[in-house]
Amino acid sequence: MADGALGAGMSPTDPGAPAVELVGISKRFPGVLANDDVHLAVRRGEVHCLLGENGAGKSTLISILSGMQRPDSGTILIDGEPARIRSPRDALKMGIGTVYQHSTLIPALSVLENLMLGESRRIVLDRGRARARMAEIAKMLGVEVDPDARTGDLALGRQQQVEIISALWKGSRVLVLDEPTSMLTPQGVEELEKVLVQLKQQGTAIIFITHKLHEALAVSDRITILRRGRAIGELSSEEIRSSTPEQNRATIVRLMFGDATDIGDAPELQTRIEDVEDLGARRLAIAAGGDEEPILELKSVSAPGDGLEPGIVDVSMKVRAGQILGVAGIDGNGQRALAETIAGQRRARTGSVELFGTPVNRLGVSARQKLGLRYVTDDRLGEGIVRNLSVSINLLLKRIGEQPFWRRGRIDARKVNAAALELVAEYDIRTPGIATRAGTLSGGNIQKLLLARELSLGPKVVVFNKPTYGLDLRTTENVREVIRRLTAEGAGAVLISTDLDELLELAGEIVVLSRGRLVGTVQNGRDAAERIGALMIGDADSTGAVA
Amino acid sequence: MAIAAEDRAAAPAPPAPPPARPATGRGQMVVLTFVRSLVPVVLALLAGAVLLLVLGRSPVRFYSDVWRYGVELNNWQNSAVLMAPLLLVAAGLVVVFRANIWNLGYDAQYLLGAVFVVGYGPWMFAHFPLPVAYAVLFVMAGLAGAIWTIVPALLRAYFGTNEIITTLMMSFIGIDVANILVKGPFQDPTVTIPQTKTIPYNDMLPNIPGTHIHVGFLVALGIVLVLHYLLTRTSFGLRLQVFGENPKAARHVGINVRRLIISSFLWSGFLIGVSAAVDILGLWSYVRANWNPSYGNTVIPFVFLARLNLLAVIPFVAFYAVLSTGGDLATQAVSLPTDFLLVIVALILLFMTIIEFLGRRRELGQSYLTKGLREALRQPLVRRRRSP
Repeated sequence: MADGALGAGMSPTDPGAPAVELVGISKRFPGVLANDDVHLAVRRGEVHCLLGENGAGKSTLISILSGMQRPDSGTILIDGEPARIRSPRDALKMGIGTVYQHSTLIPALSVLENLMLGESRRIVLDRGRARARMAEIAKMLGVEVDPDARTGDLALGRQQQVEIISALWKGSRVLVLDEPTSMLTPQGVEELEKVLVQLKQQGTAIIFITHKLHEALAVSDRITILRRGRAIGELSSEEIRSSTPEQNRATIVRLMFGDATDIGDAPELQTRIEDVEDLGARRLAIAAGGDEEPILELKSVSAPGDGLEPGIVDVSMKVRAGQILGVAGIDGNGQRALAETIAGQRRARTGSVELFGTPVNRLGVSARQKLGLRYVTDDRLGEGIVRNLSVSINLLLKRIGEQPFWRRGRIDARKVNAAALELVAEYDIRTPGIATRAGTLSGGNIQKLLLARELSLGPKVVVFNKPTYGLDLRTTENVREVIRRLTAEGAGAVLISTDLDELLELAGEIVVLSRGRLVGTVQNGRDAAERIGALMIGDADSTGAVA
Repeated sequence: MAIAAEDRAAAPAPPAPPPARPATGRGQMVVLTFVRSLVPVVLALLAGAVLLLVLGRSPVRFYSDVWRYGVELNNWQNSAVLMAPLLLVAAGLVVVFRANIWNLGYDAQYLLGAVFVVGYGPWMFAHFPLPVAYAVLFVMAGLAGAIWTIVPALLRAYFGTNEIITTLMMSFIGIDVANILVKGPFQDPTVTIPQTKTIPYNDMLPNIPGTHIHVGFLVALGIVLVLHYLLTRTSFGLRLQVFGENPKAARHVGINVRRLIISSFLWSGFLIGVSAAVDILGLWSYVRANWNPSYGNTVIPFVFLARLNLLAVIPFVAFYAVLSTGGDLATQAVSLPTDFLLVIVALILLFMTIIEFLGRRRELGQSYLTKGLREALRQPLVRRRRSP
């Protein structure tokens, strides 16, 4: 696309009033300074990446931009003019559109209906005009979506494209994308990158939030790094282009985490940088298992879906002691059904789930727990913790009524607190106290809480469902370490993840889930990623050619 | 929106040592809870005063009458007698409300318990020593109430059927069944008006020595205290709380949800049935047809004001008991119908809702005053400051 096709937009190298500028933004929540005097300027036609750990203040910052929160101090300038954003509606009126991680579209409506939602003052909807407008925007983005398709049936990547169209529909000239690639396949990521290029050429300012270094370096023109609420560094496009990828990574990691001495272990830091680059050697070194007898086995198990996601059909798999079995697949293809069926939250319709050779179909969650099965859920806030209860109670939530914490039904607060303090220390859960409400912890600490709860007391088989989703680098590494240690000590693990890198790093054998069926098994190795990717999108050829 | 909640959960980790407890945050919360619970009552009383003025009555006279007839001399004892069934009904409601289960069939559960007590009471007292008769009648009333919750309980546990609808429907049926029992098998053959036999005065619950408050009041208070302990310190109470706060989490951690639903329903009905036993054996001694004191309706706002905490329920119920006892005569003294008391209770509910709404908006960081209103309120103050 020639630059001349641009309308009123400016190219990234053109100075002038930035499309949106945050000046001295501060926001405090009880006990926490989420944003501390943050400055951010995003130009038209620029992809500006916000990089930072969870808890660095990224989410708060964009919620201020999108009108969900109001800053305690500071100003927001739109095109150089101060603007007061009091609500999401104000934000939209000023041209700021936000695409969140989780879809806000209504699954039961068609794409066109979702786009027309909430906008027309007329009683009769003008579909013809809407269609034309949608086609125009889609063409501009280089995207193909069927306007009459039922939104809930679309793949997540497509839904995201609809959300971007929706933002543009409402006249957004600033687009905020919150962790957009977390749920996408590699192909989906490529398509998104193409869309971003189109948007840049149209002069849209794009704010891209991520915690993935390689992504940030690949698509951004500028990167702002947030740490503990402050904007502590910025990399401009010149700097990015003029340094090697390793230098860039080193700079960013240093900014994000401080000096190597701060986090205590320079060699660990080195490993992290290398991880991002070349995983080949590590993958080949992962052992594929110890004993022969499976500790967990599924024999042709089918389980129903729950209306939102499909169930599983005819799934057979084996996990041995000391083994990490990876389960890959696009999100929403039966992962939750699989996890819940193994855990006992969902009853298998046919087939048999066996723990240590014993069929456990009829056993409920707590019975399977007593046999050593644990389930680390991906729905941390929805079913993992009870928000209003304290950290200490949440840590013992799966042991209600058990000795020595409850004797004859009565709670022994001292023992509960002692055990809780131990777990908090062991898993480094950052919390003001064990009596704090669990819902106030950050995402990473909630995950640590869940791990502490599930993995204490001799776990033998653990199901992990997206354990590092949405977590910052450091916690992610910690979680992966925990998984490795667990299996090194003889437990078995089922690692369900949408993060291919993670699966390739941890699992020796990876099965692929597509539409509720296991469509193939891939041994970790040289082109495992490509083979898995092909299976995920249903490439018929690969189903035969698996190692 | 889910996003906003997650935003607030993503707080930066505080520096490692020492983990400071946000004491002000905690203290603030306690004060706020206090405020939220008391302000609606105060506002309602003020609004009631305004209403009285509009109607041409003296609020001062009215409220001082309420105090006089509700507390002064020996009237506080009448209020205490009213507290007995109210406390037990509140207990029955708190048990299920904490689990987010809405047992709205309290009217029928009470009446059926009452009817069976007067139905079998005279016979029991004639054939068994008092303590045995009391015990059996209490249990019978409790069972009557509990049995009337079985259908909604099973429907909710196994099919997820909305219990608000089912308990209300069962209530309609139950009230009529009670009436049929009053006019039929339990009818007093010696009178022509439709009412049951009367329990002989000597067989009624004895009074607390030195007062004319029957011991049922102490029984009720005792049950409330024990139940509070059960709900806050035992595994049963914790399971209820977990299920009430987050049913998905309850399933996830292995709580037998069906059993929990059914047992909490049964206990709720049982407690409400027992409240009827206490009330009949302590105060009424008979049941008239088409009689429905409907304690549940009047106690619900206070159960919520007390935030489902049984200890807090006690003072609130005491407040209402005084208001009701004193108000009965106070409204007559200013020639208003006793429904005026219901107006005050309704105002409490109204203000409670408003305060909750305002509190929520405040939490989300938005001012609850629109710009225009804020300016309008600021004007007079600005002018006053400027004047010499």
